[in-house]
This record gives sequence, structure tokens and C-alpha cells, in this order.
Amino acid sequence: MPKFEFERGKMVPVPSHSIVPERDVDSAPVLEALHLGIDFGGLKAVDDFNLTIGKTEIAGLIGPNGAGKTTVFNLLTKVYAPTRGTILLNGNDTSGKTVHQVNRMGIARTFQNIRLFDTMTVEENVKVGLHNTEAYPTLSGILRTPAYWRREREAHERALELLSIFGMQDLAGHRAGSLPYGAQRRLEIVRALATNPSLLLLDEPAAGMNPSETVELMENIVKIRDTFNIAIMLIEHDMNLVMNICEGICVLNFGKVIAKGTAEEIQNNEAVIEAYLGKRKEA
Amino acid sequence: MTVFLQYLANGLTMGSVYAIIALGYTMVYGIAKMLNFAHGDVIMIGAYVSFVVTSYLGLPAIVSVLAAAAVCTALGILIEGLAYKPLRQAGPLAVLITAIGVSYFLQNAAQLIWGATPKNFTSIVSFQVPEALRAYNVSAVGIVTVAACLIIMAGLMWFTGKTKMGKAMRACSEDKAAAQLMGINVNRTISMTFAIGSALAAIAGVLLCSYSPVLQPTTGSMPGIKAFTAAVFGGIGSIPGAFVGGILLGIIEAMAQAYISTSLANSIVFGVLIVVLLVKPAGLFGKYVPEKV
Repeated sequence: MPKFEFERGKMVPVPSHSIVPERDVDSAPVLEALHLGIDFGGLKAVDDFNLTIGKTEIAGLIGPNGAGKTTVFNLLTKVYAPTRGTILLNGNDTSGKTVHQVNRMGIARTFQNIRLFDTMTVEENVKVGLHNTEAYPTLSGILRTPAYWRREREAHERALELLSIFGMQDLAGHRAGSLPYGAQRRLEIVRALATNPSLLLLDEPAAGMNPSETVELMENIVKIRDTFNIAIMLIEHDMNLVMNICEGICVLNFGKVIAKGTAEEIQNNEAVIEAYLGKRKEA
Repeated sequence: MTVFLQYLANGLTMGSVYAIIALGYTMVYGIAKMLNFAHGDVIMIGAYVSFVVTSYLGLPAIVSVLAAAAVCTALGILIEGLAYKPLRQAGPLAVLITAIGVSYFLQNAAQLIWGATPKNFTSIVSFQVPEALRAYNVSAVGIVTVAACLIIMAGLMWFTGKTKMGKAMRACSEDKAAAQLMGINVNRTISMTFAIGSALAAIAGVLLCSYSPVLQPTTGSMPGIKAFTAAVFGGIGSIPGAFVGGILLGIIEAMAQAYISTSLANSIVFGVLIVVLLVKPAGLFGKYVPEKV
């Protein structure tokens, strides 16, 4: 377990120095990444990445293109095995766990380029997410016992309930691949939520959305946090979205964290401005 | 007309055997994205197990079918775990060559255990077919084979469409990485697919040898290759495709034997495949996905 210390009146593990929202200070953090790093050949794609996310925090991960943001998501979900460092999910070490085990431990994600199961229906996509919450064994499915029908009905109701977050319950029977772009993005979030995560990772959720859709998405992200009482971490290039809803923001550049803090702190941070806009000319 | 119906009955029987084997090929290909060339030899092992149980142990036919299915299920999981699973991250060629290796391994193992001398397989089906039907070459084995094929195909459609495991299989077939991130144990799903495919191979083996009763270590290879052809013909990865492909292949083969030449029948079967693939590159039921540039 990491050592804890107090910083600005909040208990955070060494050495993360993160901003954990006031209301989460008393509960254990959902995620702690400690000295996380991965090398691709000689390149340190991510190095010494430290982050703490509070139980119901909405956190942002930003940075210029190629900074390593998606790599961080791939490390957290174990798609890549970290070269260095520790990931604690609800206090449990995830080292040695496989991708699906980490998912069952409480981490779910969406993808930068949509990866739905296109030929399956909207409802089936959500049910794949529900896979591990459906407790009946395969045998009762083959024998079609009453337990099977009860579970099927529960899964169906649960799927519709989850789809109703985005008002998508009427689309349940449609093929996922035939949905318009925005609906596919929303379905990805619903499918991830179906796995019952305590931390939801969103990879560029607003990509390709128009300003009014983005505003709606912002409201929905906050609504999801409030309804499910979970933490959300998002990668996003839309600064309006990030600065408005993220309580803690972490800025990556060349695989290293260059700044952490609230929206206001990040906006006035010299290193961040330099990473995005280049060095300020000396007058 | 009688000749036509007689050969149609033959074609439907062999076609049903091809279809059952092709279903195994197509399921494994759909989910593991690999061609399991050892599939034909699992058929042979299934037939030998059934032969041992009925001829050596003297147990009833139904027990022999169950034993064959059980042994082949275990064998399928074992082959996948030992030979293919370590190569999951390797290129498709490495897996393909391993599958050919497993195929020869099984043939030689069978030769070591049971010898190269062909065994005379006693049909597992023994009921009498009415005289009127027998005139058209309709055999008891034929009826059972066609019925088994229909039941298996309907069962598989239901299993993949409606059950939780079936949904997991379809998810893996579309996008393994995404399925894994949704909490699906991909390795277990692939093992399960091999188990089902191998159990089907065992049933196909018993039916095949009941129909043409010569059992030797190479018994499975030609039907295996033809069933693979049938799976490609129907659109590999598609369950109804494997079924239709298998039946059509059996009928084409029988008609070629009847009206053209017995010795040319195989060439004609593969000739038809080439023509179909030229016209419909993804097979009858396959979806042709043009590569995006």
C-alpha cells in the first residue's frame, strides 16, 4: 500500500499530489497509479505517471497529439502490460491480472475509434457488457430452465434501463452498425456502464460531435456520475468540455505528466501553455 | 429418374456429413480466426473411439457416440490449449502450419494405436427402412445423418443467437480486444468453441463410418478437406453457410459421379468451388468487405 500524506488538507497518496474533490476526501480513492511507465523499444512512451482519482471524481487527461494519453488508458485496462509501476483499483493491485479480470475489478472504457459489435443489435451489445453480471451458468441456458428465463428477462430489463440514460431504449432492436455516429458513441458508453464499473474511462467522447451535442454529452457525463456514483476519467481535446466538467486535470506531454490541478490552475500553467502553443517569446 | 433419386439420397447423406464437419470448421474460424486443419483427423479419432466401444467393449451404439463425443471434446480443448493457444499472438501462418502438424500427429498416433490395417466399422444405426424407400438408396444411416445435421444446425443457431455464451462467442468473433475489455474471457470462449466443434466432429466421424464402413488413420483427411471446401463455399464463419455449402457439395459430388465420371467427381467438386469463389469471393452467405483505403 502507498504511503499517505496530507496536502492542502486532503489525504492523497505519495507521490501523486492530485486534486481529489472535497466530498471524496474521506473515501478511499478508486484509482491510484504509482510510477507507471511503459517502454516501446527504447522509447519511454509513458514514464513516471502518478495519479489518484477520487471515488466520484470526474478527471480529465489532456495533452498534445501523441503525448501518450491513450497509452495510459491501455495501461490502466491492461491492454499493455506496464514496464514499471503499480496500479491500484479500489485498493487492489492489478499486476498479473488479464484484461477481462481488470474489467471485472471495476474498470470499463470506450474507444477513440468506435468499436461496437456492429452485426449485433443494440440490446445485444449492452448484454455483452452485462455478461459477467448474468450469474446463471451456461448449462441452465442450454436446458432453458426457469432460472434461465428469469435471468434473460432481468438482463433485458437492465439493458433497456441502461439504454434509457440516453433515451435509446427504442433503438434496442436495431443493428448497432446501422446507428448514426452520435448514437454509436452513446451506445459505447452504455455498453461500458453495463459491466458495472467503479471507474469509467472515456476516450475522446466528444470527438466528431457538434457544439450542442457536446453540451448534451457534458450534462450526461455528470448525470452518469451522479446516478451510478462512480468516477469518470476522460481524454478529450474539446477544452470547453474539459474545463467545465473535470474537477482534476492531468496534462501529459511526451509521456510525462507536466501539470496537475484544477481547470483554473491548468489554464494559467506556463508548462501547459508552452506544450500547446510553444515557448513564449522573450520581449 | 430412379438413378437421379438414388444419387440424390447419396448426395444428401454425404452432404449432411460434410455439413456437420463444416459447422465445426466455420465456428472455429469465426471465433479463433484460424483454419484448424486437424479438424478432419478429430473425426477419425471419434470414429475409432466409437469402434473401440462397440467392437472391443461390446457396449450399445448410443454409448459409443457419447464416448466419442466426450473424448473428442477433451481432445479439442487439449489441442487448442497445447498447440494453438501459445501462438495466439503469432502470425496466421505459424498457426496454420501448427494445425497441419497436429493433423499428421493425430494420423500417426492413430496408426500407432490401432495399426494401418483398415477396420470394418459396424453401422451404429440398425433399424429397417421400408422397401419402397430402399429402392431409392435411402438408408437408415442416411435418415439419421440428415436428421442429425438439421438438429445440430438448428441447435447451433439457437445457441449462438440466444445464450449468454453464444453472445460472448459472437462478440469475440467481431472484436476480441473489445470483448475482453467488456469482461469476456476470450481464452475460455475459444476453448469452448473448440470443444463444440470437436464434439460435432466426433458425431460426423461416427456417421461417416456408418455410411462408408472403412476406418483407417487417413479416413478423416479427405472428408475434412471437402468439408473445409464446403465451409468456404457457403461463406466461412457463417453457420447457415456451412450447412448449405455442405449439402450442396454432397449433391454436386453425387451428381458428378452419376452423370459424368466417378473418377472425375473430386475435380468437378473443386472446379465448382473455384467458379463460385470467382463470382462470389466471400462464398454464398459470406459478406464481402472491401478493404478501406
